[in-house]
Parts: sequence; structure tokens; C-alpha cells
Amino acid sequence: MSMVTEILISTLLVISGVFGLIGSFGLLKLRDAMQRLHAPTKATTIGVGAALIASALNTWLIAGQVTWHEVMVSVFLFITAPLSALYLAKSHIATTVDRSKIPPTATKAPWAELRRVPKG
Amino acid sequence: MQKLFPHPYLSATLLLTWVLLMNSIGPGAVLMGGFLGVVIPLLTAPYWPEHAAMKHPLRLVAYIGLVLGDVVVSSIQVAAIILFKPVDQIQSAWICVPIDLPSPEAQALLAGTITMTPGTLTADFAADGKSLLIHSLHAPDPDAVCAEIKSRYEARLKRIFT
Repeated sequence: MSMVTEILISTLLVISGVFGLIGSFGLLKLRDAMQRLHAPTKATTIGVGAALIASALNTWLIAGQVTWHEVMVSVFLFITAPLSALYLAKSHIATTVDRSKIPPTATKAPWAELRRVPKG
Repeated sequence: MQKLFPHPYLSATLLLTWVLLMNSIGPGAVLMGGFLGVVIPLLTAPYWPEHAAMKHPLRLVAYIGLVLGDVVVSSIQVAAIILFKPVDQIQSAWICVPIDLPSPEAQALLAGTITMTPGTLTADFAADGKSLLIHSLHAPDPDAVCAEIKSRYEARLKRIFT
């Protein structure tokens, strides 16, 4: 029994490491800032998720306790990751991006980041 | 009652979060969680004046399950793109997705879903909240990405909030 759980936990840890590595490799390989923003938000999600499941299984099956901390970590991750990605993208749009490549909105209203704010 | 609990869902979530963080359901944890559940919504109420009308909260559970499954599948797809696609064949695109969701809360949920699911990233909102600017890592057919977001996520969110 403990052999099986140990193999399961080690497999999850290896998966987590591999996806973390792929996410970091994406940072090296991809070319512009927006593409590089994809690598850590996506591939790393599964990496962190696998590490959290391994940690939960370890405390549950080996230490014999049930903790909810892993669930909380993943909830906080799902709340903060989209926000930090959104603000990185917004600051990128505000500063360096080629604005002629950004499509117009569906209505007449401008994109929030490109609208002209009156000075003063 | 309405004044004491401007956002009942937020209060319940804060209490649950505190109990789970403490990992105990003793009187101390519940009391402190209850205190936070009352004080934090009151302090943040000026920044969240409107009340989200979630008509079918149970459907949110099914939606979260769907998104979690998509996150796993899409993470693997993105990993494959990073590993095996030559850099000059990755066709990134900016896509404008017209949206029609009733409340800012629903729009924020859709934007978060798009960022967490593979290959797409919410980059900006339109000033009137009727469009989302999305960046896609590899989208040979931008219209298909837009159609999938509308049918798979936006339609479900509409059914939760209206």
C-alpha cells in the first residue's frame, strides 16, 4: 500500500517538475512579450496543481491528516494569476505594443487602456 | 441586514476561507472568520457598490468543473506548442471578442476563465464592457477561437447570471 502511494506521489512530483521546466523553457523560446506571458500562466498551472495534489496526498495517506491548505493555495492561484496576467498585458499595451495590430472593439467604445483621458 | 452584510456570498466565502486556513472548526477559528466576514465586506463596500444577481449559483459548480478539465487539456496543448512548434510557425493573434454579459462580475469571471484556459489571455476590456481584447498564442483561425469562447463559456455564464 505505502509503495503504491509513494509511486503515485513521486509520479505527480515528476509531472509537476516537467511542466514547470516546460513553462520556463517557453520563456526562453518564445519571441515577444505577449507570447512569453502565455508560457508561465498555462504550463505552470498544471505543474503547481500536480505538486499541490502530491502534497495533499502525502499529508493524507502518509501523515494521516486531512488539510485544506492545498485547496486554498489553488483557489488563491486561480484568483491572482488572471489578474497579474491582465495587468502585465495592460502595461504592455500602454507602453510598447504596436497599436496598429490591435483590432477595434465591437462597439464604438475604445479599449480601456487606449482611451484618451483628459489631462488635468 | 442588508447594511450589515452588503455581500452575503463574500461574507460566507471569507468565513469558509478562514476556517480552511486554520484547518480547524473550533470556536476561535469560527469567531475570527465570522468577524472577518462582517468587517471586510463593510470596509470594501464603497468599491463594490452594486449587487451581483446570481440567479443559478449551483450551475457555477458545474462551470468550475468544466473549466478545471479544460485547464488540464489546454495546458498539455500549450506545452506541446512550446516544445515542438518551430518559433516562426507560431501564429499569435489579437482577437476582439464581442460580449454581452449583464454584470461586471460576470465579465470578470469570463475574463479570468479565458486567461486560465490554454492558449488565450485576456489583455484588456473595452471601456463600455461590450468587448474583450484577447491574445491567442497559436490561432491559425481567430474566428474559431472567438466562436468557441462565446459558445463554451459566455453562454454558460449567461445562464448562471440571468
